[in-house]
Amino acid sequence: MEHLISLFVRSVFIENMALSFFLGMCSFIAISKKVETAIGLGVAVVVVQAITVPANNLMYNLLLREGALAWAGLPEVDLSFLGLLSYIGVIAAIVQILEMLLDKYMPSLYNALGIFLPLITVNCVIMAGSLFMVERDYTLAESAVYGVGSGASWALAIALLAGIREKLKYSDVPEGLQGLGITFITIGLMSLGFMSFSGVQL
Amino acid sequence: MSLRSWLDSIEHHFEKGGKYEKYYALYEAVDTALYKPPLVTRNTAHVRDGLDLKRMMITVWLCTFPAMFFGMWNVGYQANTILAGSPELMAAQEGWRIALTSALAGLDPASLWANFLHGATYFLPIYLTTFIVGGFWEVLFASIRKHEVNEGFFVTSVLFALTLPPDTPLWQVALGISFGVVIAKEVFGGTGKNFLNPALAGRAFLYFAYPAQMSGDAVWTAVDGFTGATMLSLGAAGGIEAVTGAGIDWMRAFLGTVHGSIGETSTLAILIGGAVLLVMKIASWRIVSGVMLGMVATSLMFNAIGSDTNPMFAVPWHWHLVMGGFAFGMMFMATDPVSASMTNTGKWIFGAVVGIMTVLVRVVNPAFPEGIMLAILFGNLCAPLIDHFVVTANIKRRLARNVQ
Repeated sequence: MEHLISLFVRSVFIENMALSFFLGMCSFIAISKKVETAIGLGVAVVVVQAITVPANNLMYNLLLREGALAWAGLPEVDLSFLGLLSYIGVIAAIVQILEMLLDKYMPSLYNALGIFLPLITVNCVIMAGSLFMVERDYTLAESAVYGVGSGASWALAIALLAGIREKLKYSDVPEGLQGLGITFITIGLMSLGFMSFSGVQL
Repeated sequence: MSLRSWLDSIEHHFEKGGKYEKYYALYEAVDTALYKPPLVTRNTAHVRDGLDLKRMMITVWLCTFPAMFFGMWNVGYQANTILAGSPELMAAQEGWRIALTSALAGLDPASLWANFLHGATYFLPIYLTTFIVGGFWEVLFASIRKHEVNEGFFVTSVLFALTLPPDTPLWQVALGISFGVVIAKEVFGGTGKNFLNPALAGRAFLYFAYPAQMSGDAVWTAVDGFTGATMLSLGAAGGIEAVTGAGIDWMRAFLGTVHGSIGETSTLAILIGGAVLLVMKIASWRIVSGVMLGMVATSLMFNAIGSDTNPMFAVPWHWHLVMGGFAFGMMFMATDPVSASMTNTGKWIFGAVVGIMTVLVRVVNPAFPEGIMLAILFGNLCAPLIDHFVVTANIKRRLARNVQ
């Protein structure tokens, strides 16, 4: 249990997806103008990440990895070269199904997530979560915790960025730096602030 | 001709259409540094207060003086004590600082003047470099972007200089303050428009870019070839026993005759300046209390948890208060009104975040012995979001109250 908690803390703060790995930059920059929408997208990422990482973990361990097909009488087969293709397929399918289910049974949440849900299919944080999971050889429980944690790390980062950008509306940025430029500088300075976590041993 | 009338007589050169129009910011800076600006609000209702931005910034600047003067004395005192105790180190020293101090005052650690002068030969070059390089950027941006040179720079420069180890090479000082002023402040439009504390951003930049000169055990004393650990690295290695074992009791740590950055060592001197800030309501008492409470609560929690391998767990809160830059950060850095939270509830939360993070970094992060700098930067990141939630919660509460 302690191990899982420390994995969660590590994935949220120390290995922050946005501010330590600089992943998911496109939506990180594009959808961080308002705190409400940023949090909406953040929640959507957490939900999708929490489902896809364990799902991909199951698929990897039961179908793809070397010797995984032993239950089907094929212990020699190694399908891990299909990894990338399968993960993204699983992600796209799950997002689609999730969208339909939410639309049918939880319309309020569906409306709250809105356009972000389909957009998430191509968010690299989701893909990175699955790839890190494979690389680090997480168990099913670990991958579930890691999915929630890494999603939460990205949600936290985008909420902080949106807060800062709302504040920056009152600043007076030189012309050449307005918009994207100042956002990049802001993100750089934010990861300077997140350096306080680097090196924490859990 | 009086200075005032001379300034007035040359003013038209700097106004629009004058021949030195480009240098208006410089003229304006000199003018307001010497005289109170003549502009007052005239029409419609307004509240008049003697406290303007200029007075506020100058007050903060003056409030750093106890820490600054003590810091200069302490740098000299530490160096002179070591030199007096070891002739071979004394023989290895060279450079103008030693020559100047021994020519004018000698190197006697018992003499107030000798200590002060020796320390000043370290602090003044750092401060001057900070001031000239930072001032250059400030004036450059002000002239090109047509805003005024702001007194906030006085505060940034002195705070930045006081957080440095006495041995910092001057080119690094110049680099650090350039980063702080340009990247953390001026690209956002100058004082009041940044979201990170510029002095701390510059300090953090140096810390990560040049760890050899900014951390470790050799940089805290102004003597070449001498290694003296700060209380925090002693504590990280062996807990409070190691600190007291090195001959430092709590009172000595509180008074500040220990190794460390120039301005951070004396909690007493900092608290004197900080008390003035609190009484004049320039520093928010909510932030200071929040930092204090966060620190006390977290260190009590770590005391209760305990650890067999990490001696920092057992460090009590009153030691956390006097070790490292905690007091300096709490009084002068966290209370920066621009980069902290703006709402009253938000200030409590912001302070608590800083206090908690400081102890967390000190205790569980072996990579960094000191946590207050990174904790405040982290707090600065969270401040706008904290404010946002405080404001939305307030709106919700009022809506609920007025429901029909």
